[in-house]
Amino acid sequence: MNQKLVAVVDYGMGNLRSVSKAAEHMADSQTRIVVTQDPQVIQDADSVIFPGQGAAKACMQALRDTGMAEPVKQAAQEKPFLGICMGLQVLMSHSNENNGVDCLDLIKGKVSQFDLSGHPALKMPHMGWNQIHQTQDHPLWHSIAQDSRFYFVHSFYVAPEDKNTIIGETTHGQTFPAVLSAHNLFAIQAHPEKSADVGLQLFKNFLSWNGH
Amino acid sequence: MSLAKRIIPCLDVDNGRVVKGVQFVDIRDAGNPVEVAKRYDEQGADEITFLDISATHEGRGTTIHMVEEVASQVFIPLTVGGGIRKVEDIRTMLNAGADKVSINSAAIYNPDFVKEACDAFGSQCIVVAIDAKKVSAEGEPNRWEIFTHGGRKETGIDAIEWALKMESLGAGELLVTSMDKDGTKSGFDNALMKEITSRVKIPVIASGGVGNLQHLVDGVKEGGAEAVLAASIFHFGQHTVEEAKQAMAAQGIEVRL
Repeated sequence: MNQKLVAVVDYGMGNLRSVSKAAEHMADSQTRIVVTQDPQVIQDADSVIFPGQGAAKACMQALRDTGMAEPVKQAAQEKPFLGICMGLQVLMSHSNENNGVDCLDLIKGKVSQFDLSGHPALKMPHMGWNQIHQTQDHPLWHSIAQDSRFYFVHSFYVAPEDKNTIIGETTHGQTFPAVLSAHNLFAIQAHPEKSADVGLQLFKNFLSWNGH
Repeated sequence: MSLAKRIIPCLDVDNGRVVKGVQFVDIRDAGNPVEVAKRYDEQGADEITFLDISATHEGRGTTIHMVEEVASQVFIPLTVGGGIRKVEDIRTMLNAGADKVSINSAAIYNPDFVKEACDAFGSQCIVVAIDAKKVSAEGEPNRWEIFTHGGRKETGIDAIEWALKMESLGAGELLVTSMDKDGTKSGFDNALMKEITSRVKIPVIASGGVGNLQHLVDGVKEGGAEAVLAASIFHFGQHTVEEAKQAMAAQGIEVRL
């Protein structure tokens, strides 16, 4: 009975179904993927996936309303933790979205809107397949080629104070941090659940990662 | 290093089957949607769009089931359009596994629905479909208007103003179809595309009229589109998505290969 429990945090927004389906697709028979709003399940889980779409303010509000803010914070500090899109942004100290929102403060830094004023041909949201340049080695990059394309859709980007947390970068008008990592935490701006083979490989890597 | 232009195969779905575009006289069955979607995914499609043309309640239920099945096997963005009229319709499709929905007539009857939808689910999953037809006479400056009911019913709404309005209401993307070109296989209406892509800040998908691979290239180069949508050139084996991407790459367009 060495079953592994992976909790997908459900705060009532975003494409949770896509995330859990992609994780299930790559999970072995010993791994159970559970979409949950229950703080207890997050505490009991072996690893946590924190997906997200939508706005920072609504996300933070939903985390507080469901009582999941604390268990999510705790999980992000002690077990394998995968943040996706908004699930990356709300790990930061503060987001400039919605006239300013205080976030979980797990990674010092802020979230800002793209400034494309010097790039009239570029569109916003940054939507579609863009390359992630791996700036540091990481177990979750296993079998994912350098500069692979992932699917993105967002209008804000993260800027951590500690540049050592940046392990992947992407360019849309400006080069921005697309992937952050600290200890047991790996958080990506792109949507691996929608990034075909490279995204599925990332889920596979995550499911077999012990957080070190 | 930059964003790739996208190729989006479009599947018209009726009662759980992919059918050839409705503008054509002989409606041919083009297969099981799950199989077709998997094939396009394997060929490197960047997204897949389903247009639900089921008119019946049962057909609708079949479509929802189909989206669920596709979403558990195909891990690229899925858009569903056709009959999206209420916030509840959007929720149903997103819960089934769609990543975006495309809103067309409901936006014309009630533009605030677009705002409501974006507020509820985020702009990233709201695509507004615009069916436009050229109404200016030869020699006059170009002017396009919005048409509904497959191009049969005029609304009197200027297409460019409409595109700007949809952007201001929060739409994350526009799917622009030229009703003059749709089904003709003579290429996109790139004058229309350019007029819209140069005015809005959000991504635009060009649609309507693709008959060969050069048309896809032209949609990006002349029309300024971020993504190009096509149906029949892919459905019957005329070209694979991969060939389309090679053709675009050969002319200097950045694509995901």
